[in-house]
Amino acid sequence: MPLSWLHTTDFQQLIDVLRDRGHRVIGPQVADGAVVYRDLADASDLPTGWLDEQDGGLYRLRYDPQAGTFDHVVGPHSLKNFLFPPRETFETWSRTPNGWLQTTPAYEPEQLAVIGVRGCDLAALAIQDRVFLGGDSIDVRYQARREKLFVVAVNCRRAAATCFCHSMGCGPAVGPGFDIALTEVGDRFAIEATTDAGIAVLADLAGRLSLPLLTADEVAAVRQVPETLREAMQARRPEEGTPRPRSLDTENIRNLLFDNLAHPRWAEVADRCLSCANCTLVCPTCFCSSVGEVTDLTGDEVSRERHWASCFTLEHSQMHGANARPTTASRYRQWLTHKLAGWIDQFGTSGCTGCGRCITWCPVGIDITEEVAAIREMPTSSPS
Amino acid sequence: MRPRLAVYKFASCDGCQLQVIDVLGRARKHLGEVADLLDIEHFLEARSRIGAGPYDVGLVEGSVSTLHDVERIKEIRRQCRFLITIGACATAGGIQALRNWGQIDDFLGAVYATPAYIDTLATSDPISAHVKVDFELRGCPIDPGQLASVISAFCVGRRPRLPGYSVCVECKERGTVCVAVAKGIPCLGPVTQAGCGAICPAHDRECFGCYGPDRQEPNLVSLTGFYERHGANRDSLGRLVQSFNAWAPEFREEHDRLSGSES
Amino acid sequence: MTAPPRIESPPRPCIHTPAPEPLAVGRDAWHHHVTRIVAARDEVAGVRTYDLAFRDPAAAASYTFAPGQFNMLYLPGIGEAAISISSDPLKRASVGHTVKAVGNVTHALERLGVGDEVVLRGPFGTAWPLDELQGRDVLIVTGGVGLASVRAAILQIIAARHDYGRVSVLFGAKTPAGLIYASEYDAWRAAGIDVRLTVDEADGDWTGRVGLVTALFDDLDLDAAATGLTCCGPEPMMLAVVRRASAAGIPSAAMYVSMERNMSCAARLCGLCQFGPEFICRDGPVFSYDRLAKFLDIKHL
Repeated sequence: MPLSWLHTTDFQQLIDVLRDRGHRVIGPQVADGAVVYRDLADASDLPTGWLDEQDGGLYRLRYDPQAGTFDHVVGPHSLKNFLFPPRETFETWSRTPNGWLQTTPAYEPEQLAVIGVRGCDLAALAIQDRVFLGGDSIDVRYQARREKLFVVAVNCRRAAATCFCHSMGCGPAVGPGFDIALTEVGDRFAIEATTDAGIAVLADLAGRLSLPLLTADEVAAVRQVPETLREAMQARRPEEGTPRPRSLDTENIRNLLFDNLAHPRWAEVADRCLSCANCTLVCPTCFCSSVGEVTDLTGDEVSRERHWASCFTLEHSQMHGANARPTTASRYRQWLTHKLAGWIDQFGTSGCTGCGRCITWCPVGIDITEEVAAIREMPTSSPS
Repeated sequence: MRPRLAVYKFASCDGCQLQVIDVLGRARKHLGEVADLLDIEHFLEARSRIGAGPYDVGLVEGSVSTLHDVERIKEIRRQCRFLITIGACATAGGIQALRNWGQIDDFLGAVYATPAYIDTLATSDPISAHVKVDFELRGCPIDPGQLASVISAFCVGRRPRLPGYSVCVECKERGTVCVAVAKGIPCLGPVTQAGCGAICPAHDRECFGCYGPDRQEPNLVSLTGFYERHGANRDSLGRLVQSFNAWAPEFREEHDRLSGSES
Repeated sequence: MTAPPRIESPPRPCIHTPAPEPLAVGRDAWHHHVTRIVAARDEVAGVRTYDLAFRDPAAAASYTFAPGQFNMLYLPGIGEAAISISSDPLKRASVGHTVKAVGNVTHALERLGVGDEVVLRGPFGTAWPLDELQGRDVLIVTGGVGLASVRAAILQIIAARHDYGRVSVLFGAKTPAGLIYASEYDAWRAAGIDVRLTVDEADGDWTGRVGLVTALFDDLDLDAAATGLTCCGPEPMMLAVVRRASAAGIPSAAMYVSMERNMSCAARLCGLCQFGPEFICRDGPVFSYDRLAKFLDIKHL
């Protein structure tokens, strides 16, 4: 579908169309010192003018009157918080005179529309789709939510120092998978739709206001916006910036990591790592979960709660009598090698999209790109 | 036969016992008579009737701070088949364990007109320093939900399962923005065991470590080092780890390391 | 058993794929059957076998498994545990699970008896490569309750005994009192299985061998090139066994091990059972040793 112009001052119309079509609209907003996803009713709540400075263990907002609506990058939340919520009851059981009875109510998730999804997070969505829906056994609740999801993606035109989507092939341009995509240019958005749902929303929007088409030159200029950023990211040199701009060399990375499972770097990073699990929790692709039994005091009414798990906790690897990964070094190694190597075997894709959240939200600023670089620089065995 | 419950108090503020009353009271309201599950045989804060021991479950609040306490906890251990300590005082010595860094005679002289009348130990000890403890329920105060799950696990015959991870997990579950990363507030969350539901960071405050050090190698040196490099004052970091669980080994060690003293 | 193709570094590190339509065709990972305990017997102290029969006749009719696979057994309010299937795959009236009481679920199972309900999901995972082993000598090496995982394989081999060459079971237990299925050894021997036993610590009545299960290799008359090895036990034991078998000349491609890890869903979704690039629940529990060789001796993987 061709691109049209949506004026910044008309953004409310897009929110209204989505709401009128029955969506609960989520969008980025400034709260608690960060840009987070919240219910969005009013376009004036969008973080226009706010920029996020990010570095290892550091996130600060800065106001810049020149900045656009989406010139912040990614905050602590991602689509994962909505599609794979931290905790949910997925089964209930009751003890009856005739034995155990499953009493799980039918699941009807809400129709969610999320505004402001970046290339990295759209890639993360595709990865989580492979995890939860790609096998013989699937997560039916994820599926129900996923089928009702409407994505309004945004092409980035600014990167934080922690961003390395360009290394992972996940951005800054949004890839396929969105319903509507926006590119901010001056006081307008170039808006496009790829899915039937997206096209229908644009049709509704066109019924409310005029959406002038872009000229061929304008289309070319809009396509160049994320491309310009990508080139700039690729040209960044780590030593040039403070904070240091990140990138990750993915060349033969699977074998590099699996051939260096005994590398001394794992013990070295464990001196800094808190094993607190933050990196896994903010990661938009990390999918581990565990199940807890919640009973009333009699044990006759049972709820089963699926909740986020993390390979940084001892519970994750607890076996009878022993723990498979009793040390921080072994747990950090599990996380990094799974994310960047094991995932390739398991799902045919890296588990990393280069969003940089694990770097920013690590309380002590441990940097996945730095750890890989350290191993690559001095491998204990050369990649096979 | 219903399990017979006993609740005891040592040096403490009684807040954890109030949580016990809250849980038992709530059970009455929502889940039928708690008497269907447990017989409360000994709980002086809640009722004067005392049933004779031995008991199936004992909940112990408070720290051991006198010689009399030492004798009493040994007798309680003999009376209770399964002994659960509840709260920061019972599991780590409590805020009153700050005295463990000082000289007891100085305190006595400063507080009491006739210190000779006071019979006390030099330290405030966790219960586990004196008797074997079967299960520890941490917190200042304990969380009613955790207590309920421990009681129900005991009645159902399942081992209680409590979070074995950091407070950060609970912050992320709530969607709370990290106060350390986004605001530069030194927070103990990453090295503190979860259980409270991450209340303080949700109200823009740092975690004070009420649930004690995370069970898995809490790396305090790395965390306080990062805070220090980003502008935090060493003394204030020392005070941060010296609160309700000050005498928990990992917090104690870190305090002493930061203050350059050995206890 | 053929291993899935190994993927080397993909051309692009991250793959953008628009969601397929429809999104998925897989089955609900938590799909389950309610069963009843129809028999429960003590094998040795602390180890019991539970035979479970499906409440729903349709489930009973459709349920089949292959030796080496496992079920998830769920007790509402208590939890769920992965238990390997120990019964004869040809006997369809019930499904047997031999369980050592070590955790929440297994201890709670101990308190149940005939008529009580157990919720079952499964079967899951890969099986012992009994088809591939046809025509070959088979060496089955196990320790402790690991024998439960290979008992179904032994029974299936017995049912088609002529399809296999020489079949030996090397079984080690901590003490003579830990030798599970002791009453069945004679029947296995009568069916042409060479059963050899050892214990770590003997007691007064024990006249058999004392020592590690690997020592039982010493007396074997192996045709190494024609032998396939299946091994189930604690990881250090399996590692010692495959090393001993390698030394005896058994090709690593003909060795199979059964792995164990923490597990919640058993359907590749929960992520708990990872081991290097593998999901124990889906890629295992039975692996060819070749596939794991690179990872098995990495500490704390």
